[in-house]
Amino acid sequence: MTASADRENSGGPGAGQNDTAPEGRSDRRAERVVAGAFVASIAGAITLAAVYIAGGQPQLEGVALALALGGLGVAVVAWAKSFMPDDEVTETRPQLPSSDEEVRAFTESFEAGGQTLARRGLLAKLGLGALGALGLAAVFPIRSLGPNPGEGLKRTPFAPGVRLVDAEGAPIRPRELPPASLVTAWPEGHAGDAQSPTLILQIDLDDFVPLPGREGWLVGNIVAYSKLCTHTGCPVGLYQTELDLLLCPCHQSTFDVLHGAEPVFGPAARPLPQLPLAVDDEGFLIATGDFSAPVGGGFWDRGRS
Amino acid sequence: MSADQAIAKATPLSRRTARWLDDRLGAASFARKALDKVFPDHWSFLLGELALWSFVVLIATGVWLTFFFDASIEEIVYEGSYVPLRGIEMSRAYASALDISFDVRAGLVMRQVHHWAANVYLATTVVHLMRIFFTGAFRRPRELNWLLGVGMLIFSIVNGFVGYSLLDDQLSGTGLRIAYNIAISIPLAGTWLASLFFGGEFPGPDLLERLYVMHILLLPAVIVALLGAHLALVARQRHTQFRGPGRTEANVIGERVWPTFAAKGLGAFLLTSAVLCALGGLAQINPIWLYGPYRPAEVSAASQPDWYMGWLDGALRLWHDWEFRAFGFEIPTPFFPSVLLPGITFTLLALWPFLETRFTGDRGEHHLLDRPRDRPLRTAFGISTLAFYTVLFFAGASDVLAVTFQTSVNALFRTFQLMLLVLPPVAGFITFRLCKELARRDRPGASDQAPAVAAPAPGEGAERRQEIEPEDEPERDPASAAGVPRR
Repeated sequence: MTASADRENSGGPGAGQNDTAPEGRSDRRAERVVAGAFVASIAGAITLAAVYIAGGQPQLEGVALALALGGLGVAVVAWAKSFMPDDEVTETRPQLPSSDEEVRAFTESFEAGGQTLARRGLLAKLGLGALGALGLAAVFPIRSLGPNPGEGLKRTPFAPGVRLVDAEGAPIRPRELPPASLVTAWPEGHAGDAQSPTLILQIDLDDFVPLPGREGWLVGNIVAYSKLCTHTGCPVGLYQTELDLLLCPCHQSTFDVLHGAEPVFGPAARPLPQLPLAVDDEGFLIATGDFSAPVGGGFWDRGRS
Repeated sequence: MSADQAIAKATPLSRRTARWLDDRLGAASFARKALDKVFPDHWSFLLGELALWSFVVLIATGVWLTFFFDASIEEIVYEGSYVPLRGIEMSRAYASALDISFDVRAGLVMRQVHHWAANVYLATTVVHLMRIFFTGAFRRPRELNWLLGVGMLIFSIVNGFVGYSLLDDQLSGTGLRIAYNIAISIPLAGTWLASLFFGGEFPGPDLLERLYVMHILLLPAVIVALLGAHLALVARQRHTQFRGPGRTEANVIGERVWPTFAAKGLGAFLLTSAVLCALGGLAQINPIWLYGPYRPAEVSAASQPDWYMGWLDGALRLWHDWEFRAFGFEIPTPFFPSVLLPGITFTLLALWPFLETRFTGDRGEHHLLDRPRDRPLRTAFGISTLAFYTVLFFAGASDVLAVTFQTSVNALFRTFQLMLLVLPPVAGFITFRLCKELARRDRPGASDQAPAVAAPAPGEGAERRQEIEPEDEPERDPASAAGVPRR
């Protein structure tokens, strides 16, 4: 598309329609290019059909399609470049603004119509009011799109005595946890739920510094945090065991497991909420309450109870 | 109608059809004008056209995909022919996307061409936008078309994101979760907006169906409407042209639509489609079967959005852990980089023609394009803005870069944060000096070519610089090449 007609008479409005002086050989060469491209295109189309009938093969289909379309494209472009008029034509640019007369005529027509409205001023105003009321009423169905967000974002199903279960919904015994592992748990009855995945970590008690008031939130050396990053709610799925750091793969926020899961790096501004743990009569892991804070990313009234 | 029947019989069918239509539409003179319309020729004018053709490919492949895709979150057990996922529970949406990839003949090619077309469509759109910006094609009378274009860009980015979010694979689900958390981060209305849009708490029971309707109906309809208006305005106002011999503000010099420009346009469409098909066949894109079905508690490393969302992801990473809290209320961190920043970005972008008019006081009509060097300040501002978003874009891949170059993510973050502050002004300054220098080198050559090439001020030291002139050949293209035979 880069070629432009660059002749001495470029811009001449009466520039002829005929192409460069007919030079038999170059014309024939161009013809051959166009013909070859058309043939390649036909071959591509036939290949495509054959591949499809034979059961299909993605790479071949793509190549055959490309050949069929590309051959056609090359042929059309070569045809245009070799055998179509490429002289430059000059067109006068139309004046965009209307003439004063046209504007005046329009204004008159419009205002003549408008005056009939103005004569019934009250009716016109009432009409506008009716339209506005209808528009307002039409907004209400939007409310049907979703429930009141209410307190849902601030709570999870965890409550005193609720068991922690694994992805299959089976309750968890502390001593059956594989050592030095990262286990994801949920409140019983909500396995796989999006809002309440919980990380169960076994930490080295010698290095662990519980936050004031959370001394009794562990069972043995087991500590539980919300798995949802406090930045944009991605699951904090990477555990660097030797550093005791949890890393969010989405935006690289990093949380210190030994110090209340405080963020030590990245865009997260708040620690992962902690879940208070205990063991019930049957030896299963339970929560003694909800998380220490709403889980996941922040929102406007997160801090209001 | 009174035409002799014998004559009618003798005329070919095409002509009779045209006559039949004209009897009912009276469109001959309009059609004649359309055929005779003149389009100036320059390689950079092709960019918008490439975006248009990619969009056509998007629609064609997209319609085909709708026949097979099922946007339902109902859980089923996969029994298709991709063995590693057989027997696994997943949504119908993900299963149908797998079926398109493995069990619908030619399905994978269509899916991949569609995804490639989306990426290329947005890439060519952005480059087209840059062309418009740097050549000043947005100036009066084309401010409206600039606004239509910015609108299309926004809706297209949204539709791209919505499109790859439909498949309910691990990556797309993660992206939607981030989108949900961005939505709730909006002060006051955030949780309500998120609940109304998602139909409840994330993931929301109706989300995929809603996204699907948006993706295949609502947003395409809006984009098509804007696109129609965009093209109609180009036809009404005629295309801009670079300066050159005989080219003035009052004329258009170029090729007629019929047949040359039309043929080249058709060729461009066919070649764009060919490239997209080759990409769709040979270059794997979004291999959802490797990501697995979406599980809200899981995440894969290197979760990256498509390229046009990269700057937003980078901004989310680089924005420090600043958030505002008062009286128990808070504005959490994601709001600033992912609501405020795009808001400012697109507002400034949309308002640019009006801002520039205010700065320069230039309210005149312009149909002759600027070369970037002719407007050093605008060009410098544009490059510096590009530098800003490029840094954000690369920051969006910080984890991948850290693994690739064996450096700590920590150090990379700091580097990117520093670059975000330093690079834009430096790039802007260098561009400004470069523009000035190029413009100065142009002056002697320009004067004997055409008076139309605007030299902002009479040149000094002209003779000495004449010898250096040929070196900046590639840069001279737009204005001077028009006067020099190229074939």
